[in-house]
Amino acid sequence: MVEFALPKNSKISGGKTWPKPAGAAELREFKVYRWNPDDGKNPSVDTYYVDTNDCGPMVLDGLIWIKNHIDPSLTFRRSCREGVCGSCAMNIDGQNTLACTKSMHEVKDGAVKVNPLPHQPVVKDLVPDLTNFYAQYASVEPWLKTTSPTPQKEWRQSHEDREKLDGLYECILCACCSTSCPSYWWNSERYLGPAALLQANRWVSDSRDEATGERLDNLEDPFRLYRCHTIMNCAKACPKGLNPAEAIAELKLKMVERQI
Amino acid sequence: MSFDESHGSPKRPSMRTPLGRVRNLGAAHSGTSDFWRQRITGVAMTLLIIPALVIIVMLLGRNQVYAAQTLSSIPVAVILLLFIFASAWHMKIGMQVVIEDYVHNEKLKLTAIMLNNFFSVAVALASTYAILKLSSGV
Repeated sequence: MVEFALPKNSKISGGKTWPKPAGAAELREFKVYRWNPDDGKNPSVDTYYVDTNDCGPMVLDGLIWIKNHIDPSLTFRRSCREGVCGSCAMNIDGQNTLACTKSMHEVKDGAVKVNPLPHQPVVKDLVPDLTNFYAQYASVEPWLKTTSPTPQKEWRQSHEDREKLDGLYECILCACCSTSCPSYWWNSERYLGPAALLQANRWVSDSRDEATGERLDNLEDPFRLYRCHTIMNCAKACPKGLNPAEAIAELKLKMVERQI
Repeated sequence: MSFDESHGSPKRPSMRTPLGRVRNLGAAHSGTSDFWRQRITGVAMTLLIIPALVIIVMLLGRNQVYAAQTLSSIPVAVILLLFIFASAWHMKIGMQVVIEDYVHNEKLKLTAIMLNNFFSVAVALASTYAILKLSSGV
């Protein structure tokens, strides 16, 4: 059966409360998930106090401040700090989002609770193992596939056809959508998940691509595509404002369209 | 780090590549028919639910003679038969989806899907038999 409870070694126990920084005028409490693969202990939630007058307004700024001033062992991914790279995806205040675009002020009450993306194996602290997620992306073969001779210049596309890719090409593969999807939690080994399916639809919708049917063949499966039950968590979670559920619905429509 | 070595995963170590695991046995090339049938039966049930409820309410508290008389009307019997057919089919597909979602033990899953098929067919046939028996006045 599907696991509704955390495995024994994943159950959260205890956690350290780090001392408040001296001389800080304004403090914000952070409760951050910690797990170290080397100490053999269960995960815990550590409490930190961030001097908000000494750091930027975003949750990522707070985490970087903690790492620089309190606890250098705190581990998380980050790169662009402006919502473009998707590295700092994590669960903040119960919602998957990017730490760099989520303001501390948006978290209204109490502490800023920070956890890794849900239902993924954890490498350390806030770093999830996204190997399976990336392999699923690779499985949709996200590149232009053609058999016609390559034109001397570019593959041409009308403005109207180009517009069909809007809302699809902007995905930054942060995994916020897939890891917010209960169906992906239960069947992540067989269900491709919202992110990979949105990308699949991006290539199925591309007028320049000549492998549309082959792509649909590859997706036509009770698990790969049809595990989507239109729960819509993906659309709610996407920090780029995209709608993977709609992209999946378009794929299903194309599946029906070619049968009747 | 491989998918299986990391924290929280109950999986045994695997030497298959991540892409090999995702591709696994390949696409089943099915699922669209069930998806489409679930929509057809859903729409059919939406259209049939009001007349079916009216017929059921008409039969409440009445005796068998009255029920047989009501069901002897062809439109009434057909509405009930269509409703049974659509709901049994919808139930079968819906329950199979639930089983596939939550039951991960292959043997248990196959058994549950088989039982679900038997149950849906049995319910549909028993209901059809009852309606036909009453409507034919036997």
